[in-house]
Amino acid sequence: MPKSKSAYSIPTKKQKPDTYIFVVWVDNEAGVLARVVGLFSGRGYNIESLAVAEVDAVKNISRITIVTTGTPQVIDQIRLQLTKLVPVHKVAEFKREDKGVIFKEMALFKVAGKRNKIQKCLNACKKFNPVILDETKNSAVIQITALRREIDKMNKKLKPLGLISTSRTGAVAMTRGAKIFN
Amino acid sequence: MPKLLTGAEIVFKCLEDQKVEHIFGYPGGAVLPIYDELKNHPSIKHILVRHEQGAGHAAEGYARSSGKPGVVLVTSGPGATNVVTALTDAYMDSVPLVCISGQVPTHLIGTDAFQECDTTGITRPCTKHNWLVKDINDLSKVMHEAFRVATTGRPGPVLIDIPKDIQFAKTKYKKPNKEKKLNGKSHNKFSKDQIDEFVKLLKKSKKPIIYSGGGVINSGPKASQALREFVEITGFPITSTLQGLGAYPGDDNQFLGMLGMHGTYEANNAMHDCDLLINIGARFDDRITGKIDEFSPNSKKVHIDIDPSSINKIIKVDLAIVGDVTSVISKINKTITKSKNGHSKSNKSNIAKWWEQIEKWREKDSLNFINSSESIKPQHAVRRLYELTKDKDTYVTTEVGQHQMWAAQHYKFNKPNRWMTSGGLGTMGYGLPAAVGVQIAHPEKLVIDIAGEASVLMTMQEMSTAVQYNLPIKIFILNNQYMGMVRQWQELLHEKNYSESYSEALPDFMKMAEAYGCKGIKADNPADLDDKIQEMIDYDGPVIFDCHVDPNENCFPMIPSGKPHNQMILGPNDQEENKIKGKGKALV
Repeated sequence: MPKSKSAYSIPTKKQKPDTYIFVVWVDNEAGVLARVVGLFSGRGYNIESLAVAEVDAVKNISRITIVTTGTPQVIDQIRLQLTKLVPVHKVAEFKREDKGVIFKEMALFKVAGKRNKIQKCLNACKKFNPVILDETKNSAVIQITALRREIDKMNKKLKPLGLISTSRTGAVAMTRGAKIFN
Repeated sequence: MPKLLTGAEIVFKCLEDQKVEHIFGYPGGAVLPIYDELKNHPSIKHILVRHEQGAGHAAEGYARSSGKPGVVLVTSGPGATNVVTALTDAYMDSVPLVCISGQVPTHLIGTDAFQECDTTGITRPCTKHNWLVKDINDLSKVMHEAFRVATTGRPGPVLIDIPKDIQFAKTKYKKPNKEKKLNGKSHNKFSKDQIDEFVKLLKKSKKPIIYSGGGVINSGPKASQALREFVEITGFPITSTLQGLGAYPGDDNQFLGMLGMHGTYEANNAMHDCDLLINIGARFDDRITGKIDEFSPNSKKVHIDIDPSSINKIIKVDLAIVGDVTSVISKINKTITKSKNGHSKSNKSNIAKWWEQIEKWREKDSLNFINSSESIKPQHAVRRLYELTKDKDTYVTTEVGQHQMWAAQHYKFNKPNRWMTSGGLGTMGYGLPAAVGVQIAHPEKLVIDIAGEASVLMTMQEMSTAVQYNLPIKIFILNNQYMGMVRQWQELLHEKNYSESYSEALPDFMKMAEAYGCKGIKADNPADLDDKIQEMIDYDGPVIFDCHVDPNENCFPMIPSGKPHNQMILGPNDQEENKIKGKGKALV
């Protein structure tokens, strides 16, 4: 066994990390995002993407969606630590593979090139509800909604077709069916 | 129409309604309106410290010895940043603190104004919650909520940042609401099934151990009472973390001493070999568990804690009961007593063999040391201090290092709230200001800071506070001229390269005492030690006791890093034996 040469133990046994999506309902007040994000950075958790906006203007509630990776033990900790924050009302977490939940991200692609190139781009995006938001003689801004990895793929695919700029949101999530999370 | 009050008046109104009697603080530009208001509120006494970190630790000592929240008042900028260490310390050790900080006026926030800093940003990770009050109408609500957050659930520090213009602004005062829903942050909803399952585990167990922690102290004196009852009716052995000392009497036969890195041989071995581990209000800290993979490998583990995020954080447990220690243990006691139908026949016979084994471990006498008639051994000094003060309901604080561990090992506590030490954060310089706070809360009691000469120099200036308020605290310095714990680690792990751990040019503590206007006592001869300690106890006023101890002494037993509980290094007596054995073998 290696000698640790420190007052701390050496890390042992590692579990396999998985991707999870956290949905957090918080009071929409100053600093609340910093509290949530600070908890992740302070405790060494990962944030892959983040989406936040107010969803209830009367009750002043914002909904934060965070994609993260971690071992089951870490995911448990994230949930419990988030729940402890004073402005947090409730916390839900889903495995990425969860069939009962819809995950979506939106991306804007700016493509520079002639009409035929832009048409090629649109065709490539066909599966992801492409919408043209802006069009000029030699450019277009295309909006798609898709899964994270699909957007990753499109991002690569469109490069040779004249993609010059990408902007994308973090994932948002919603359960299927009439049930809501309580 | 009700009278309009200024922000500063509202601060004091809230403090009065929260029954605050003492605040620890230091004035400055951005809190002057609050300081100006102080004179109108005779029921609140302000203790002027010499450094804001001292205010924080003093409030911690006050809170931990009295069970009431400690209140701190500091100015913006450096005032706030100086208190960060104390807030972090309180956060790690779950001490309820309410810190009020001044802030530059609202319109200057964000302009890098004089003595401006992002106080809520800086203190966000080291408080349970904090508030920047930008609207005077929020002030009373925030103040009352702050006290509630600090004192409910797992206690901890909170901070309220009040800009100077808000302290001047006027509004109506709102009384605290009657206890309303705690936003889902209070956890005391354990079920009868959980209790029944627990009792089942108790009955099956042949090698149980109770491991209790600071949660028992935080839950109040009733928790200690319930714990004692629980230990009595089960007949189980009990060990305690550093923070839990005093919840169970340290001189009782069922108590195995502290566990963990510098815990006793019997406590650690019992933890390793047990078949049922009952964690009551402790958090499986890394100083306790040693190597995680080999931590108590064959036991069922039960964890009773008020903080759900403590469950399964480090160690997976088989049964978790989330709740307040007092209510959980009382419920368990009732269930056990009922299930016995009033007869006090327990499974004590079940565990007779286990006790035999524990007695064998006890025979190692792992806290032993080789005493000397030439130099004072630090362990001996603590033991003599204990013998001479044990009948006085003494309150003990410590700094951080070897002296702290010797104090934990050799001073026996019989009541909760008598032992204040920085465990989680390990803050050198904690003990002296904490003693100030303890003495404020208990003016008639004997308060001793068992200190190291390196630690105590970090907050030495608070002696001036002690002298100002005539607080008869006793600073008992085990002076070995080294940062002893650092030196010990360097000796064991870094080939005796004592890099920067020797303190050259130490001050003359006798002259220092004189300069501060308190009494200095120096001891360097074991023969005089008792008399000098007695002189310290008898003196009515603050004392700095410079106890020169053997500089080469190490703190044993210890679990070396990365090792499990059953691979402890024992003290010199044992090492000596082993050495002779080794040589003996070579001769054969």
